[in-house]
Amino acid sequence: MSKNVTRRVVLRGTAIAVAGAALAAPAAMAATRAAMPMDHTGMDHSGHGSHGPQPFDEVYQGRRIVGTPVTGGHEAHHGGFAVTIDGKELHVMRNADGTWISVINHYQTFADPLALTRAAVDKLQGAALVPISTR
Amino acid sequence: MAVRKNQATLTATEKRNFVNALLALKKSGKYDEFVRTHNEFIMSDGDDTDRVGHRSPSFLPWHRRFLIQFEQELQRIDSSVTLPYWDWTADRTVTASIFAADFLGGNGRSRDAQVTTGPFAYSTGQWNINVSADDRPYLQREMGASVRALPTRAEVDSVLAMTTYDMAPWNSASDGFRNHLEGWRGVNLHNRVHVWMGGQMATGVSPNDPVFWLHHCFIDKLWADWQRMHPTSGYLPTGGTTNVVDLKDTMRPWNNVTPADMLDHTKFYTYDR
Repeated sequence: MSKNVTRRVVLRGTAIAVAGAALAAPAAMAATRAAMPMDHTGMDHSGHGSHGPQPFDEVYQGRRIVGTPVTGGHEAHHGGFAVTIDGKELHVMRNADGTWISVINHYQTFADPLALTRAAVDKLQGAALVPISTR
Repeated sequence: MAVRKNQATLTATEKRNFVNALLALKKSGKYDEFVRTHNEFIMSDGDDTDRVGHRSPSFLPWHRRFLIQFEQELQRIDSSVTLPYWDWTADRTVTASIFAADFLGGNGRSRDAQVTTGPFAYSTGQWNINVSADDRPYLQREMGASVRALPTRAEVDSVLAMTTYDMAPWNSASDGFRNHLEGWRGVNLHNRVHVWMGGQMATGVSPNDPVFWLHHCFIDKLWADWQRMHPTSGYLPTGGTTNVVDLKDTMRPWNNVTPADMLDHTKFYTYDR
């Protein structure tokens, strides 16, 4: 339990503290997840969902980034989390090991959606997300 | 029989023909259809959902078929063209000839990562980025910015030595050759090259950068090399696997081709070595 509390404190800390923690965290977070008893959020027992990533709503590098747990829609198939940058959807996906990728950083894994979203903001350099047209 | 060559060995004429075919395919609109198809699979292939193009055993046969289709489109424009491959263990710097102005062009400039040299620079008016997750219309690269070094030959050899093609759970958590080559686990070969390139190559719309085809051609060659090294190791799994393309299952989006059909590349092309 103390590990989880520590993680929540870190996630609400300064940007620099979070970035550092995120880089170091995947193994520790996976261990924490495995060691924690099931909570009462009603998520399933298949290994994904329980103790999901923390929601966030902040301004990072001048961009408003919002991350929200979701239970329905296509996000549910990609780890149960939805992210927007200035109100536009960033497509994100949870990997089997608990790390995250997005359509902007597709081949590089991040410890959680917040670190992933900040990386997307860095890469966008002010550009706006657009929906990719599908046939 | 068409021969796919190491890009470093191409003549000036071969480079020019390849570039011109790419530009013609782009102009026709067909190039962008390949970008769109790739991104659709990138976004739908999940570790616990139906997965075909990525993070699954069919990563290799899917991309083999995808490259064949792309190469056929180039050959409709110029029948002499074949896909070259980029051996990034050998040509591993920003100053390598592959990134010269007479071929793929160089790194992006520091201000906005925009590629400003070569035939795919935005200023040429011939290479607008149309299928994208953001609103920047120019090709971008940030070589070496997100990961310091490309994989080494020793790292490639360590993955080629793996005897089992793929293993349960048949996704990004798997042990075995396929996932180590793809890069979700271990020394990280294929994924790392995308990250090293930066720009669109690091995104779901990575085929926007023509280097995508040369990178995947080398990945395809490494699969062929692995088969030669392990003649008794076959594609896995061979049947009845949920959400996964078994040996004789058809692959989307073609629906008429199976991994079994893709195992022998010499039916379609050979490599120069």
